[in-house]
Amino acid sequence: MNTVTLTIDGQKITVPENYTILQAAKELGINIPRLCYLKDINETSACRICVVEIEGMRTLKNSCTVKVQNNMVVKTNTPRVRKSIQKNLMLLASNHKFDCWKCPRERNCEFLYLLRKYNIDNSMGEDAYFAKKHFITNITDAIVLDSSKCILCGRCVSACQKYAGTGALDFNERGYHTYISSAQNHDLDDSGCIYCGKCIQACPTGALRERDQIDEVLELLSNKEYYTVVQIAPGVRAALGEEFGYPIGTNVEGKLYNALSKLGFDDITDTNFSADVTIMEEGTEFIHRFQDFKNGDKKALPLFTSCSPGWIRYIEQYYPEFLSNLSSCKSPQQMHGALVKHYYAQKINTPKEKIKVVSIMPCIAKKYEAKRPEMEADGVRDVDYVLTTRELARMIRRQDIDFRALEDITPSSPMAKYTGAGAIFGVTGGVMEAALRTVRDILEQKDYTDVDFAAIRGAGDGIKEAQIEIAGTKLTVAVVHGAVNFKEMLERVKQNPGKYAFVEFMACTGGCVNGGGQPILCAEDQENIDIRTERAKAIYNIDAQKQLRKSHQNPVVIELYQEFLEKPGSEKAHKLLHTHYAKKESYSKL
Amino acid sequence: MVTFDYLNATKIKTEAKINPQNHKNGFRVVVGMATCGLTAGADKVFQTLKQLIESNNLDNIDLAPVGCVGECALEPLVEVIDHQGQKTTYCKVSLQDIEKIVNQHLISGAPVKELTIDNYKNIDSSSLQVRIALRNCGVINPEDINEYICYDGYKALGKVLTEMTPEEVIHVIQESGLRGRGGGGFSTGLKWSLCAKNKGGQKYIICNADEGDPGAFMDRAVLEGDPHSVIEAMAIGGYAIGASQGYIYIRAEYPLAVQRLNKAIEQAYEAELLGKNIFGTDFCFDLELRLGAGAFVCGEETALIASIEGERGMPRNKPPFPADKGLFARPSIINNVETYANISPIVLKGAKWFASMGTQKSKGTKVFALGGKINNTGLLEVPMGTTLRQVIYDVGGGIPNNKKFKAVQTGGPSGGCLTAEHLDTPIDYDNLVKLNSMMGSGGMIVMDEENCMVDVAHFYLQFTVEESCGKCTPCREGTHKMLEILEKIKSGNGTMQDITELEELAYYIQDSALCALGQSAPNPVISTLLNFKDEYIAHVTDKKCPAKVCKALVNYAVVADKCIGCTKCKRNCPVQAISGEVKKPHKIDTNRCIKCDMCRQACPVNAIILE
Amino acid sequence: MKFVLEESKVQLLKERIQKHKQKPGPLMPTLHDAQNIFGCIPIEVQKIISEELDESVAKINGVVTFYSNFSTEPKGKHIVSVCMGTACYVKGAKAILDTISDMLNIEPGQTTKDGLFTLENTRCIGACGLAPVFQIGDKVYGNATKDTAKQAIEEILKSEA
Ligand SMILES: Cc1cc2nc3c(=O)[nH]c(=O)nc-3n(C[C@H](O)[C@H](O)[C@H](O)COP(=O)(O)O)c2cc1C
Ligand code: SF4
Ligand code: SF4
Ligand code: SF4
Ligand code: SF4
Ligand code: SF4
Ligand code: SF4
Ligand code: SF4
Ligand code: FES
Ligand code: FES
Ligand code: FES
Ligand code: FES
Repeated sequence: MNTVTLTIDGQKITVPENYTILQAAKELGINIPRLCYLKDINETSACRICVVEIEGMRTLKNSCTVKVQNNMVVKTNTPRVRKSIQKNLMLLASNHKFDCWKCPRERNCEFLYLLRKYNIDNSMGEDAYFAKKHFITNITDAIVLDSSKCILCGRCVSACQKYAGTGALDFNERGYHTYISSAQNHDLDDSGCIYCGKCIQACPTGALRERDQIDEVLELLSNKEYYTVVQIAPGVRAALGEEFGYPIGTNVEGKLYNALSKLGFDDITDTNFSADVTIMEEGTEFIHRFQDFKNGDKKALPLFTSCSPGWIRYIEQYYPEFLSNLSSCKSPQQMHGALVKHYYAQKINTPKEKIKVVSIMPCIAKKYEAKRPEMEADGVRDVDYVLTTRELARMIRRQDIDFRALEDITPSSPMAKYTGAGAIFGVTGGVMEAALRTVRDILEQKDYTDVDFAAIRGAGDGIKEAQIEIAGTKLTVAVVHGAVNFKEMLERVKQNPGKYAFVEFMACTGGCVNGGGQPILCAEDQENIDIRTERAKAIYNIDAQKQLRKSHQNPVVIELYQEFLEKPGSEKAHKLLHTHYAKKESYSKL
Repeated sequence: MVTFDYLNATKIKTEAKINPQNHKNGFRVVVGMATCGLTAGADKVFQTLKQLIESNNLDNIDLAPVGCVGECALEPLVEVIDHQGQKTTYCKVSLQDIEKIVNQHLISGAPVKELTIDNYKNIDSSSLQVRIALRNCGVINPEDINEYICYDGYKALGKVLTEMTPEEVIHVIQESGLRGRGGGGFSTGLKWSLCAKNKGGQKYIICNADEGDPGAFMDRAVLEGDPHSVIEAMAIGGYAIGASQGYIYIRAEYPLAVQRLNKAIEQAYEAELLGKNIFGTDFCFDLELRLGAGAFVCGEETALIASIEGERGMPRNKPPFPADKGLFARPSIINNVETYANISPIVLKGAKWFASMGTQKSKGTKVFALGGKINNTGLLEVPMGTTLRQVIYDVGGGIPNNKKFKAVQTGGPSGGCLTAEHLDTPIDYDNLVKLNSMMGSGGMIVMDEENCMVDVAHFYLQFTVEESCGKCTPCREGTHKMLEILEKIKSGNGTMQDITELEELAYYIQDSALCALGQSAPNPVISTLLNFKDEYIAHVTDKKCPAKVCKALVNYAVVADKCIGCTKCKRNCPVQAISGEVKKPHKIDTNRCIKCDMCRQACPVNAIILE
Repeated sequence: MKFVLEESKVQLLKERIQKHKQKPGPLMPTLHDAQNIFGCIPIEVQKIISEELDESVAKINGVVTFYSNFSTEPKGKHIVSVCMGTACYVKGAKAILDTISDMLNIEPGQTTKDGLFTLENTRCIGACGLAPVFQIGDKVYGNATKDTAKQAIEEILKSEA
């Protein structure tokens, strides 16, 4: 790679020729502000916050996409540059609705950060003569889009295209009237959105956020009429710490349990437990289909996993022709809720109507999933409230709990017991690996000790394929993460009938550790750190340290089947733990 | 296969038909049938002429529709050329006039003096003009490729393909000093060479026919009057840079131009001047039309590219320049219609010939669309370096109704307003930029004392605000805020602080917007602030609009001496703001008056004034 | 006015799309066809295009709403457009626009309740030599005044009565 030498703020530097000015400045420790730039995702040069002076150029240039050139002389911090940034921010502020105290991005809003840094005066925004823009909102069970906080950087649009692959969001209208939403701000629930939340993670402000349910849960907790059971998803413990200053990839499971008890939940349980149950159900389903396949039913395989509600929304809306390949298992969250209400309730002697299940999820699609009409039995909902990791952090702060000072605790509930297999549900490849551990043991009637399937781990490739030999048969399995890759995977399945046995789908790249409900990193950190890998380390650590690493060895799971469900795939199991999905057309409510 | 012999044969054949000298008592009769002609009723004129010629069995007459003659305000226009080459121009031709023209002129050979152009114009505006880009406009029938060939059409393409290397073509264009006529004034030859150096692979050549600048219609005139000149030049350009595919991006608001271009492309394919192996060489070239859909910003080249690709017309950052990474991420050249219209003459007559016209840095001629408060509205082509005064007074015939000249706006919404003190500036790219305006595409709007410059600035800014793509902050938010400030000033609520903020915002937007639309959007404000600051201050401190345009700052009043008490105003006022008895002076209650202007229009003795 | 998808029009649009798909950049030509065939491009039509071209509805709508010649709502039977280009503006186009706007009781961009008129302000239509101009349907009125505008509208009202 050729290099070029240029001068930035009086300092000479030599960098590869494909560097942008922003990158080169960073090498010198010069921090240029930015708002719209998200490396490789949104390189549109739109916001003009990152402008610099380049000698010989008539106007200021944006440094985020303009490449370096030999002998370029750049100045990043002149009065002209500063004035430009200030005017820019002042204009954005003049059309912004500030209520930072209740905005989920108050602590890491990239816009607010710049307003502080440049000490922006908002007299223009307060001049009653100037009318505010017409603002729109789009509120669904999972997501909120609120244009009064949008700075039109376009990061969400690009993220939706490049991560979700759905293009559910785009610009509407033009000029001053431009706003971001589905077509004509049509109900996002009916607009092809899969609730992966990639747009939320890309947004520098609070314009895109989860539908906040903190107040509802606080209300529930103060209402002693109900017995409250909380569950936490695998990915939450690997990320919550970031909200309280721990390094990325710190497992804060113990403090997390404690925080939940301080918040006043009556019973603390863990979704990892139901992840183990999911493996029992899905593993059994696979074994049945595998046998049917061998017996000549070519349509029995491949089996698709069904634990990612983002994926479920995708297949329902975009590839309903594959619904028959989808496992009938509910996701662990829903199985957990159903088991709490219909099994655990009896054990703790509480009528199921008097129990409320709250789940803490790394995901915003789970908020929607919990509200799906099919997610109930005998008239009681499986799950009553879903909070994201971020909401939990906010709730902890709102209740003045000093998270860092909390001691680690272990919950006593049997529904908090899990194996390593249950833990790795939170990363890409995890569901597949957990299933293979169990399926292989059962089919070969062995107890393997080497349980790592390295070929399907990692966040590098969007689609990972592996050949696995089980019971004398070579199986091709595949793992897909990031909804943008679903199409390619499904086309491969179409093109190669009979090739794939089992495919894991997760809507979020890296899996749930990088879910749409997880703590958000600012653009610069997203560029420097692969959070998917860092958070995954915490998860694999948990797995590695567990004595039991296979779902079918979880003693509580064994007891559950003995006492209650009889066997995987039983009628009772079907009633509570399985469901079915149907084709869903977007833009149908016109 | 098309050959030079074919071109020559066509020329001889067509010449025989259209040159009146070849017929005893023959005439060539042309009717201006561009958009403005048709608007004024040229179609009926043409049909009537045709009927009369047929019914009188005049077989020595060649009647043809032609493009813009240049005298748009005097449409419909009929020109009669007799066998001695003598041309008579008839203006504002009514259906009754036609009979006279046929009987007197075409049958008896005597021009109808009272209908000719001399009755409408006091000056001969052709003396200063040199027609290169417009050479065929108003002369040939744009729907007949043979007439184009008759005027040496496609000869340049043949020459280029059979006698020149691509490098030589680029060299000639570069030497000629031709600069892009779309506004920026970038050297055309240099642009071509930048694209040509990207070797191999698919490349594209694009014609920018978006002409969104309101009040400008140079490109329309070329496309409606001489579409083949653009087609030929694009093929030449395609050969020079190595592109086998061309696109013409044309605004949908020009249906006639679209129709004529389509026809011309069809004819060019038929004659094998487009398509495979043109002139028997390896060179293949296809051409396709793409329609705009009402977005001024799509005239900006990267936005235009986005639009062809099927995206929102939002500009992209440069670099990379289209010459390196343009349409469908391939190297592409974009030139303006008028730029292309200059290419064939340069190839045929040489770089020296072209460079002999114009100023040091701006060569050749420029087409302007002159409009606004001017006597001879229309299209003109003059050498670069002609002064504003010459254009406005010698060609344009000055300001109507003896009003005072106040300003001339050049460069459309991206340009600025020049004042009387700039009238002797020779027009070229660099001089206009020095004066905070720009050449733009060639729209020139003249204003007189009745135009309020704050209002004019507001008008232009409103245009750019409506046409901003909304991608970048300075333009989307900034121009809108400037507009709000101007509204505040126009409504009498402005402060000096607002003027300062307006100025600051203007320079900030100029300096930091993504594309040239935003960068130049403040120009009308900046140039009026520079040249007419007193008008701004009058609005703010005296709460007065000196030109009496800003409604909030004027009041209606009756001049008692003049009023004859006819009660007309009273009867016309929609809000009963006027009182008075018959034959006595009337009075307007300014508190009630909604400034609808009805009374002033109704008053038979102009007794109602604005103050 | 309620929008109805007529099957024959849908077929026509689909045929056109098949043709445009042969060449790169099919969306704009498709939208021009859709606007011509249906008179507007509401979400119902965007959905069809979305399926045929494999682009999201949001993306298509983004393009539709970017360009002012495309509309998402049906337009009136008579489209009255007043040129507000510079040449027309300095010669008094605003007064003509206001007159028509008052007569029809709608703002530019709106359609009358009876669906008879849509009023628009357009950019230069290239007839600046005859400024100010306005247009009703295909007919262009040059050197217009408030009175010619009034007359033109009244004529249509009479013929529609
Ligand atoms: C907002 C904007 C609008 C423009 N509109 C036009 C146009 O209508 N026609 C045109 O030829 N060039 C237009 N241009 C200039 C083009 O971007 C481009 O420079 C030109 O087409 C290049 O051709 P030329 O080198 O032959 O002038 C516009 C530029 C901007 C920034
Ligand atoms: S988006 Fe940022 S600035 Fe706006 S309210 Fe939220 S935290 Fe405050
Ligand atoms: S949640 Fe996912 S699919 Fe929905 S808009 Fe956001 S990124 Fe797109
Ligand atoms: S919603 Fe957020 S990411 Fe999307 S454009 Fe607005 S500020 Fe940017
Ligand atoms: S991958 Fe995980 S976090 Fe993402 S949508 Fe699916 S379940 Fe939710
Ligand atoms: S300057 Fe205006 S038109 Fe150009 S990119 Fe920015 S917003 Fe769009
Ligand atoms: S301007 Fe209109 S409202 Fe005012 S007095 Fe005259 S007619 Fe009446
Ligand atoms: S119309 Fe004129 S003359 Fe007649 S009453 Fe009114 S002001 Fe007087
Ligand atoms: S333009 Fe560079 S960060 Fe937005
Ligand atoms: S952002 Fe997705 S939950 Fe992923
Ligand atoms: S003479 Fe008609 S366009 Fe000029
Ligand atoms: S400005 Fe109205 S037609 Fe050109």
